[in-house]
Amino acid sequence: MHVVFEFGFFTSAPVRTALIIGAVTALVSAVVGVFVVVRSQSFAGHALTDVATTGGSAAFFFGWSPLLGFIGGGVIGAGAMDVIGVERERRRDLATGIVLGTALGLAALFLYLDTTKGATTGATQQLLFGSIFTVDPSTVPLVLGLSALALAIVALINRPLLLSSMSAELTRARGINVRGVGVLFMIAMAVSVGLSSIAVGSILSTALLIGPAAASVRVTKSLRASLMVAGVLGVATTWLGILFAYDSFYWVPSSQGLPVSFFIVSLIFIAYLMSGLPFVRRRVDRPRANLAATSTASADALEAAS
Amino acid sequence: MFSGFMVNAWEVGTMVAVVGGVVGFFVVLRDSAFPAHAIPNGAFAGAAGANLLAINPLIGLGVFSFGAALGIGALSRRGRSDAVTALALVMMLALGAAFLSLSTQYEPQIFSLLFGEILGVSSSEILPVVALGAVCVVAVAVLYRPLLLTSIAPDIAAARGLRPQHFEFAFLIVIACATTMTVPVVGALLIFTLMLGPAAAAQCFTDRAGRAMAGSVAIALVTIWLALACAYESNWPVGFYVSVFSATAYGIGRGYAAWHTRRQIRATRQSRIIAPTN
Amino acid sequence: MTDVPVLQVDELSVSLSGRPVLDHVTFDVRGGEFTGLIGSNGVGKTTLLRTILGLQRPDSGRVLVSGTPLSPRSRSLGYVPQKIVVDPDVPMRARDFVALGLDAHRYGLTRRRPQQRELVEQILHDVDAERFADHRLGSLSGGEQQRVFIAHALVSLPKLLLLDEPLANLDPRSVQEIVALLHRVARGYGVAILLSAHEMNALLPVMDRVVYLTGGRAASGTTDEVIRSDVLSQLYGHHVDVLQLHGRVLVVAEPGQDNQDIPQHPTLTLG
Repeated sequence: MHVVFEFGFFTSAPVRTALIIGAVTALVSAVVGVFVVVRSQSFAGHALTDVATTGGSAAFFFGWSPLLGFIGGGVIGAGAMDVIGVERERRRDLATGIVLGTALGLAALFLYLDTTKGATTGATQQLLFGSIFTVDPSTVPLVLGLSALALAIVALINRPLLLSSMSAELTRARGINVRGVGVLFMIAMAVSVGLSSIAVGSILSTALLIGPAAASVRVTKSLRASLMVAGVLGVATTWLGILFAYDSFYWVPSSQGLPVSFFIVSLIFIAYLMSGLPFVRRRVDRPRANLAATSTASADALEAAS
Repeated sequence: MFSGFMVNAWEVGTMVAVVGGVVGFFVVLRDSAFPAHAIPNGAFAGAAGANLLAINPLIGLGVFSFGAALGIGALSRRGRSDAVTALALVMMLALGAAFLSLSTQYEPQIFSLLFGEILGVSSSEILPVVALGAVCVVAVAVLYRPLLLTSIAPDIAAARGLRPQHFEFAFLIVIACATTMTVPVVGALLIFTLMLGPAAAAQCFTDRAGRAMAGSVAIALVTIWLALACAYESNWPVGFYVSVFSATAYGIGRGYAAWHTRRQIRATRQSRIIAPTN
Repeated sequence: MTDVPVLQVDELSVSLSGRPVLDHVTFDVRGGEFTGLIGSNGVGKTTLLRTILGLQRPDSGRVLVSGTPLSPRSRSLGYVPQKIVVDPDVPMRARDFVALGLDAHRYGLTRRRPQQRELVEQILHDVDAERFADHRLGSLSGGEQQRVFIAHALVSLPKLLLLDEPLANLDPRSVQEIVALLHRVARGYGVAILLSAHEMNALLPVMDRVVYLTGGRAASGTTDEVIRSDVLSQLYGHHVDVLQLHGRVLVVAEPGQDNQDIPQHPTLTLG
């Protein structure tokens, strides 16, 4: 037993906090992520994480909670993307890239100021690559509250969200405010990204957002199943990652151990690759690699849900 | 600012700008913002790995950049999945973080790899860097016309025997080459801005491809020089200045384009020519 | 006028994703001829053109250009695809795009010779594109862009020009203009034309031959030979009537038959 669970794993307070925060943020990310993948917004999701980086590093500099900084950055980024997203596809990628670049550049500045200003070392590492073992336990209630908020938003808008990903026209014709739904979803995404930035860092939170969701969508047929599988995958990879990271403290000669985020991201990546294997895929009749297919599945999901 | 070790910085910076401008012209033309963002992130892992193995970082950068380019090329053949590219990108970053955590100098290394370092290229590395840069520029010169056609009208190019997939691959390799030599100075996370902003801005000022390319290089040069000077004076990261100035150039370009179009519309209205609606 | 046809399509069969699209299609295009490839939407005109260009592999049959199998390097074929979207931000003038038709296949940067520049000017003049030659390609209207693409294809002086549905989505007057332009240019440059369309009436005045495509099969010959009830009925597999009125042609099936496969102009008015 001690080979797998090194000394002190279950009794260590930081580990317990990490497990709770990790599980909750992974769950939220997975749920939100399924919708992101179904709506083919993976690039936007990734862009949000970079803007969240700016928010987090700025907040750190001003002495505010990085969590709120991440979320704030995400919300502002979501707003900016909403404005840009109206234009046609081509300019969107370029404009998004420029906005991303500026956001990251600002993050660079804040991180530099972080390291020179205070005695704090490792700001870059913590903010970008995660600090789940050093999270202040008092933030747990905040994390839980925000998670509940994000999940509530998604639960509220899940049907119009799916419908609008198939056809915005159709959704509008039903009297649903497509723009409003989009904005609400962006907020949910920003909160989710902010939360997972605490766990695995802002640069890597894309993995928690998209990974379990993308893997799950490939092997499930209905929305409910996708959500469950994604959630399970997210939490499992996070917990395993925390375990390995804790253990690696003992494996590796240097004092640090490998970052938790590395393990979590690797596990998610492996899970995703495995979801593409033939024997896994054979369980599904229809491949879900493109939006058309996911739209049909969404239609099925809608039928199943109503 | 212009003596001693800074001479390195100016020389390398100039080369970086030339390559960034030349390659950036096609990045913008082909709408390849995402690969331009993703390949350097792969390079980050390579540099971190090289650092761990105590070998020349350029080797690590090169190997991983090329790997990332080939990977993206292979993935896009099967119909690009944004999810998979994003995951692979993030995996590379995580790997880089892991490599760095195993070495003793965690924090400063991360920072300069991600966000740039004026003195990112040491004297001994100038020659390989300049050579790589020259290779990039020559490659673009050789591929110029076919690449133009395949970028603008791939169907017509295909009918002429120019396979767009081949050129996509070739261009990704060029981006990889450019990444290898530019990342040490500007940083893996921010180098893509140098390949976007100046080229996009140049497009706004001229209708001609050759001039747009030249403009792209010119604006990139101004960007880098200003960035180096500001970074030297303020000690703030080079990458920060590069990204901000690139974005500014883009903003100026778009602003000019908008003003120009409005002026044209007004002129056509005033001259009251009824052109055949063809 | 040589004896060898510019294009020989011989028993060409093509399937896409397992679905048969073309079934032993055979026809010739002779030097300088204007041939219309007529068929309704989705019948396989684009597939046929792409196979001729070598972009699509046939199941069986062959394509010969001037008697030899097509090689990608040969520039005997010019191609104007159906729809090309060019972003208005692309920094390329119409004139430069046409010039690119000369040497897009050349690696390296060589200066263009004065004769080449003159040729570009000449062609721009002949397709009536001088007016907007210095404008950005992406800023031109659909019809203007089309002329530029035609010029681009012509500048390498091919023996055969292939156009995929150039008349779709054009208003009647523009249709007339383009058809007249193509006819004029074909005569002037001695180039054969193979043009696909789903409505043949605009082409009747200029077509030398027609290839009528339906259900994967084709009938080819002059309009008089092909556009007849007996020939088309055999092609369709059920009876169709060919009506001629005021120089226009109308192909109708009997009431009750499936009219889907018959190329019709939706707002054809007689008289």
